[in-house]
Amino acid sequence: MGDEIDEGLRSELQRQGIWVTSMQELYNWGRKNSIWPLQFGLACCAIEMIATAASRYDIARFGAEVFRPSPRQADLMIVAGTVTKKMAPQIVRLYNQMPDPKYVIAMGACAISGGPFKQGYNVLKGIDRYIPVDVYIPGCPPRPEALLHAFMELQRKIDNQKLSGPNKSDHLDREHPSEYPVPAFGKHDLVPRANPDVFRPPQIERV
Amino acid sequence: MSLHPYFEIVVFVGVALIFPVMPLILAWMWRRFFQPPKPGAAKNATYECGMESLGEAQIQFRSQYYLYAIIFLIFDVEAVFLVPFAVAFTGLPVGAFLSILVFLLLLIEGLVWAWGKGCLNWAK
Ligand code: SF4
Repeated sequence: MGDEIDEGLRSELQRQGIWVTSMQELYNWGRKNSIWPLQFGLACCAIEMIATAASRYDIARFGAEVFRPSPRQADLMIVAGTVTKKMAPQIVRLYNQMPDPKYVIAMGACAISGGPFKQGYNVLKGIDRYIPVDVYIPGCPPRPEALLHAFMELQRKIDNQKLSGPNKSDHLDREHPSEYPVPAFGKHDLVPRANPDVFRPPQIERV
Repeated sequence: MSLHPYFEIVVFVGVALIFPVMPLILAWMWRRFFQPPKPGAAKNATYECGMESLGEAQIQFRSQYYLYAIIFLIFDVEAVFLVPFAVAFTGLPVGAFLSILVFLLLLIEGLVWAWGKGCLNWAK
């Protein structure tokens, strides 16, 4: 099922007019070409996301034009914009409500780190503190081409996911969680300030 | 060989049934054999806009909404029946004419009642 087909054999067969595929390839091919994003935007980056969906950049070429208004029908969450601390619990809850397999693109400086508002008392310094992010796009705002690029990266990632074996995709792993704890409004900040299971920033070691 | 005239419709219904049912069966088998279900509190919640859900999805509507139902019947459903009535007006037999009159009378009664109750006044 998940076994790789020998490339030489495959091209040999293809020359004879026989097209071979595996369950895994078929499954990933279908998934990566019909990623439905969740329809929501948080700040200026959302305008670029809208431009990506409109005719000039046309994300429909990648099968992702079906922006879903309900998390129950979405595969991809594009966090496009500044995440305020007031909004963060709602975003985590929306992520929790999406069915597996689900992916997150953090779009723009704000979504990946807080961006220009990093010093703001009410701005979350990156959505990856609470939910796992698959693709980060830097930029303020990233151009639609950048979002398309991130999208293609995500397609590449989906294409490489395994159906079986020790490295199988997270959504097929019974132990892997599908929901993450929703942060609560504390006295001064969100509680907890980050989910340690998800947020593993590189540590700076001083010697 | 002459087929029954409705044969195509039977084929059509068959295809129309298979088309939605097959993906459902495939999805069910996929869940059964490959993808472990992962239900959770937020996933099973009633509301789906990121806010916390309160209460159940199966709530009862208040009976006060009957006014909307009546006015909807009078102004929407009645119009749907009035148009064919007006088109076929000259060729109608007496029985059909009387029955549509009864229908109109019932609705006009509702209109009079709603009017008397003041539902048609603009809210000030
Ligand atoms: S990264 Fe820049 S463009 Fe995007 S939401 Fe933040 S401030 Fe706006």
